[in-house]
Amino acid sequence: MIEFKNLHKRFGKLIVLDGLDLEINKGGIFAILGPNGSGKTTLIKCLLGMVIPNKGEIFFEKKSIHRQWAYRNNLNYLPQIANFPPNLTVIELINMVKNLRPKAANSEDLIELFGLKSFLDKKLGNLSGGTKQKVNIVLTFMFDSDLIVLDEPTNGLDPIALINLKEIIQKEKDKGKTILITTHIMSFVDEVADEIVFLLDGKIYFKGTIETLKKQTNNDNLEHAIANLIAKQYA
Amino acid sequence: MLKILKYSFYDLMRSRWSYVYFLFYLILGFVLLFLNNDVDKAVITLMNIIIVLTPLIGTIFGVMYYYNSKEFTELLLAQPINRRKIFMGQYFGISISLTLSLVLGLGIPFVFYGLFKSAAIFNFSLLLVVGAFLNFIFVALSYNIALSTENKIKGFGYAILMWLFLAVIYDGVFLISLIIFNSYPLDKFSLAATMFNPIDLSRILILLKLDISALLGYTGAVFRKFFGTNIGMFISMSLLVLWVVFPVLRMNLKLRKKDF
Amino acid sequence: MKCKILIFFLFISFTVSAKQIVVCKSCSVKTIKEAIKIAEDGDEVLIKKGVYKEQNIVIDKAISLIGEKGAVIDGNNEGGILIFQTNNFKIKGLKIVNVGLSYTIEYAAIKVIKGNDFIIEDCVMENVFFGILLEKSKRGIIRNNKISSNRKNEASSGNGIHIWSGEEMEVYKNEMFGLRDGIYFEFVKNSLVHDNVSHNNIRYGLHFMFSNNNTYHHNEFRNNGAGVAVMFSKFIIMHHNKFWLNWGAASYGLLLKEIYDAEIYDNLFEQNTIGINAEGSTRINYKNNTFLRNGWAIKISGACYKNVFAKNDFMSNSLDLSYNSNINDNKFDNNYWSEYTGYDLDKNGIGDVPYRPVKLFSYIVNKTPEALVLLRSLFVDIINFSEKVSPVFTPDDLMDNNPLMKRAND
Repeated sequence: MIEFKNLHKRFGKLIVLDGLDLEINKGGIFAILGPNGSGKTTLIKCLLGMVIPNKGEIFFEKKSIHRQWAYRNNLNYLPQIANFPPNLTVIELINMVKNLRPKAANSEDLIELFGLKSFLDKKLGNLSGGTKQKVNIVLTFMFDSDLIVLDEPTNGLDPIALINLKEIIQKEKDKGKTILITTHIMSFVDEVADEIVFLLDGKIYFKGTIETLKKQTNNDNLEHAIANLIAKQYA
Repeated sequence: MLKILKYSFYDLMRSRWSYVYFLFYLILGFVLLFLNNDVDKAVITLMNIIIVLTPLIGTIFGVMYYYNSKEFTELLLAQPINRRKIFMGQYFGISISLTLSLVLGLGIPFVFYGLFKSAAIFNFSLLLVVGAFLNFIFVALSYNIALSTENKIKGFGYAILMWLFLAVIYDGVFLISLIIFNSYPLDKFSLAATMFNPIDLSRILILLKLDISALLGYTGAVFRKFFGTNIGMFISMSLLVLWVVFPVLRMNLKLRKKDF
Repeated sequence: MKCKILIFFLFISFTVSAKQIVVCKSCSVKTIKEAIKIAEDGDEVLIKKGVYKEQNIVIDKAISLIGEKGAVIDGNNEGGILIFQTNNFKIKGLKIVNVGLSYTIEYAAIKVIKGNDFIIEDCVMENVFFGILLEKSKRGIIRNNKISSNRKNEASSGNGIHIWSGEEMEVYKNEMFGLRDGIYFEFVKNSLVHDNVSHNNIRYGLHFMFSNNNTYHHNEFRNNGAGVAVMFSKFIIMHHNKFWLNWGAASYGLLLKEIYDAEIYDNLFEQNTIGINAEGSTRINYKNNTFLRNGWAIKISGACYKNVFAKNDFMSNSLDLSYNSNINDNKFDNNYWSEYTGYDLDKNGIGDVPYRPVKLFSYIVNKTPEALVLLRSLFVDIINFSEKVSPVFTPDDLMDNNPLMKRAND
């Protein structure tokens, strides 16, 4: 479904992606992991067309995404920081995003699920960080797309919302969607992810299921397994 | 693009600052017209204000909007929309809402005053046109600065510096060089120097109407041609258009390679 | 009886001498020259409708020359047309066209040489070189005439009403345009010019040279090359005139050069490049004048002493006052300045802070004219302000200590 080929990206002197190759098949939940500054967000932003790679190509459903934008109609993205125009109300924002995408949307159930009903007419500027993140989640999941990209989705969520989020992710997976997640919460990864993509120094260091990783590192605990991976690298 | 424009526009139209800006012009207009009853003087005072203030407000609104809506822009960038359209939409949204504040804020008191009966209508509409141009130019310039500067504080600083340079420092350097090179023919130089600063350009456009009797006191042939005929008006107007077009083009060029 | 006969003869001779000679194409007298030849003092020559192609008609008898409607004398661009060398004459209602151009002789539609007590009225003169030219004459009335030409430059054009060496003339309700000077006075005394309109002339609308004790009022001078010039003259009174739209590098509403003891009051100067340009002018009172939207309201170019400017309105001029030196011997008091930003706490109608009409910028523009493109720039406002706080380049004693809060001549 997605193919990254020999991807290079530099910010000034800092090399973030260094000839990265990655292929992600349709269906399943992929956790993109790696230490801070390993290029997780850059990779996702390259896929979204927000960061332009210096070299290399990205294919989405077999088509190059270079200078394209229409492919994003089949892609939902949850950004890391939810900061919206402070003067719009929640419902206006939801309607606006619906308006911008030529696609049917189902926001009612999600609004219900996250208990946002009473906030619909509030201005976004007056919402707490957690509520904003809930709105963010509604905006992401209200469309039916084949690919869902979640950048730190658990930020600021209360336990109930977190449970709801996990349920939604599971449901989408069951529909055969491909889901990319970046996060630092390993328990979350352990719980939801099918496969792990481990990034280090701008390259794919590991790609495989959690079981393979655990086996490979001889470690039962995912957190420790990851730590082990990093330690090996620096050894 | 129109959708983005619409939303940016609504967003700004609802912000407190748009109202403050609108009310400022509204009060200014009423005070000028009803407290001294001299339309000529009102137009001159307005010119002084428009030429300094609209660029400043345009600059500040431009950088502020860019940095404040950065995350939201990122959300839009992930939507199936051409990124050029996102920024053009925002750009026109800001420019149009600022222009609307200006035109309505000043227009209402003038309509009340009975402007349409007065002979100052042409001067007044020229002021509004120039103010609108300045809005479009300075929002574009500040967007360029913001697009090229990641750091919000730095971007803000550069934008204010740009305004300060064009509004004050440029003229100072210009005047000093005129005095230093006093013994050379300077008419072409001074006209050219005016063209390279949108604030000066707008000022000249208004001077062509308000102070034409003084401008015609020049002896140089180039001046006489420029000020004495419609050529001056025509050239200045077209240059103002270019002052909008070039920053917008540069913005689009920058966008092609910009990472968010 | 003898006495009665004498009276009878006197009567006869009077009626006989006051005969009327009619000129027309089908009359016995076909040309004006013929009519003049047979006319005697006191006769009236009536010119009927038609075009008479005649030049250099010399009139040396005290007659009345009356034109019927449609009577035109066409000089065919060959020299002057009517030349009066007599007293007590009158000319009325004629149209005189096409006066010849010469670079050596001053051809005129109507020339008067050493003539006293005459009236020139209701005449229309078109395409003239000089219109009415009076030499060494006295007590003439020139009224209701319309004089025009279409010459392009100063050398090939003459003046509308040109008086050289005259006394007690009255020139009123005339219209002059397309000439060199609308009205030109040289060595003219005790004369009056009023209610004339002089516009679109190549040089001055009105021009005084070496002419003392004259008054002009209620005239309109519009769009002339250089406005009105009063030079080398004394005791001139100028009031209720309108000077406007005189635009150009050397254009003034009013140019004063080497004049003394004049009164200038109740005039309107509107949209001139320079409202009044004064050079070597002393003891002049400027009162109750209005200066509206001029480039420079007043430009003092040097050697102007003991002038008083009071109760004038300075409104929306690009620059109110320009001095080319920092010495001042003139007095500004009680004027209204639209740029005045002071306050009036005691509510007596007079601002509590003095006003400085000379700006640093006007000083700079004097030295570097191109700097004018920076007019009304923020930077210029800043330097003007700093000069206002501590004057260095401009005369520090030049100020209006009692600036009015409201217009004096509304």
